[in-house]
Amino acid sequence: MTPLTSDYALEVVNLKKAFGGLTVTHNISLAIKPGERRLLIGPNGAGKTTLFNQISGDLRPNAGAIRLFGTDVTFFTPYRRAHFGLSRTYQIITLFAGDTLEHNVTLGLLGLRPSRWQMWRPLSHYSDLATEARRTLDAVGLLHLAEHPVSDIAYGEKRRVELAMALAQKPRVLLLDEPLAGLSNTERSQVKSLIASIPRQTTVIMIEHDMDTALDLAETVTLLNYGRVIVDGERDAVIADERTREVYLGA
Amino acid sequence: MKWIAAAPLAALLVLLPSLAGDFYVNLASQILIAAIFALSLNLLVGYGGMTSLGHASYLGVAAYISALLTSRYGFGHGPAAIISIAGTTAMAAFFGVIALRATGLGFLMITLALSQVLWGLAYRMSGVTNGDNGIAGLTRPMPFGISLESAASFYWFALIVASFAFLMKAIFVSSSFGSSLKGVRDQPRRMAALGFNPWMIRWLTFIYAGFWGGVSGLLYVYYNKYIHPTSLSITSSAEALLGVIAGGTGTLGGPVVGAALVLLLKNYVSAYIERWNMLLGLVFLFIVLVMPTGIVPGMRRLATALRRGSR
Repeated sequence: MTPLTSDYALEVVNLKKAFGGLTVTHNISLAIKPGERRLLIGPNGAGKTTLFNQISGDLRPNAGAIRLFGTDVTFFTPYRRAHFGLSRTYQIITLFAGDTLEHNVTLGLLGLRPSRWQMWRPLSHYSDLATEARRTLDAVGLLHLAEHPVSDIAYGEKRRVELAMALAQKPRVLLLDEPLAGLSNTERSQVKSLIASIPRQTTVIMIEHDMDTALDLAETVTLLNYGRVIVDGERDAVIADERTREVYLGA
Repeated sequence: MKWIAAAPLAALLVLLPSLAGDFYVNLASQILIAAIFALSLNLLVGYGGMTSLGHASYLGVAAYISALLTSRYGFGHGPAAIISIAGTTAMAAFFGVIALRATGLGFLMITLALSQVLWGLAYRMSGVTNGDNGIAGLTRPMPFGISLESAASFYWFALIVASFAFLMKAIFVSSSFGSSLKGVRDQPRRMAALGFNPWMIRWLTFIYAGFWGGVSGLLYVYYNKYIHPTSLSITSSAEALLGVIAGGTGTLGGPVVGAALVLLLKNYVSAYIERWNMLLGLVFLFIVLVMPTGIVPGMRRLATALRRGSR
């Protein structure tokens, strides 16, 4: 651990990951400033989600380092990273289907509190957790469904619960893996304004294919292809770059 | 509403010795002991998603420790009980570290292997355990000077312990830790990303289940006044697991109903049919086919359907 204060919220340094002979992360380096809105783009199989999984700790890189606010977290377990202020959502919805929306968000809150170890007091007695969970559900426009099990609600609503769980944690760094995937136009604009309203204390890194929406939210863009960073920089510069056109946006 | 329905049941349980003969009172005591055991196994199987085939280890070891301390080393029942529970819980902590290196089938195989080791020791280390002869001539404790020799007094003693165990487990599964445990069962990866330590949650649950397994083991040896290696055998673990699954995993009532079912078949029906195991198999098959989630959830669904149909 290097307790240096850093200029960056998240730094990825020469990260490398291979599955057998297939290299999926090829010396990737990123530096993202606190409060920045970064968009990760790239064709399918570019290694975007694999990169996320390494940042969140689900996958261990073969080489390289990951730093959060100057602290080397490369060998931290996922839960330690969460306590360090990192939250994420999943491309494939990963919720507690049998539980209510309120309970799902409550778990997000509980994860960072010592009371998660409490064995002799019913969870329902923690009214502050319930209040906070409901406030977060209200923020994503799902308060009216708080008592419903996740299995009963529509796909677009589940996407917003994913977001609510992460937002409830008030993360310092938030990884959003395709938050708009599979949403209707109305839902898209709802989620878009939701992401736009995330406070600046939270650094947001987002994987998204819907360029019309995502580019409005992003300040900086990183283009990945075959596990390498192709272009990296200010949004307009990356969009204007010829290589972006070639690899991603298409001729 | 729920409490009004529970009141006659509670009255029935308390008054049972004045309503039924000793045979049934003793059967009820055995059911209570098996219920505590099944409830502790259900913490692993139902709420933790950790299917163990070696839970008899905790029952058996607690029983053996108490039996040895009181019969051979002259310990009183009080200290023997404390040492036996503490020892069993410590063993659960150690076994947990080994078993939780794996999940799913691997976990099941490790728990089975560990319990087989203990069973083998109980059989072969006859200098200590008396081997196949078991340890006989044990006594029951006398809490506050009250003798537990009669069927009724032991039943009430078991009822008090079982009620407390049921209450503690009900609180446990509704607690924040219980929610953490269920979360880890359903989405371990997500739980880790949210800040929960899945391994630690599983391990603590494993220890807690071992503790209650030990409590049931003490009652078991008090009731039988005898202990034999079969109490550590795979049959003993499997019967409890069968009861939990038949009754309904992940419910509080399920293990109690399941334990009662297994014991009734074993003690009552075996008087009429020699091959009671075959009947148990058939009953189990019937339950799995008709109510795949177990008796308690199945009955609940049936009740809801009937209520809807009558409207």
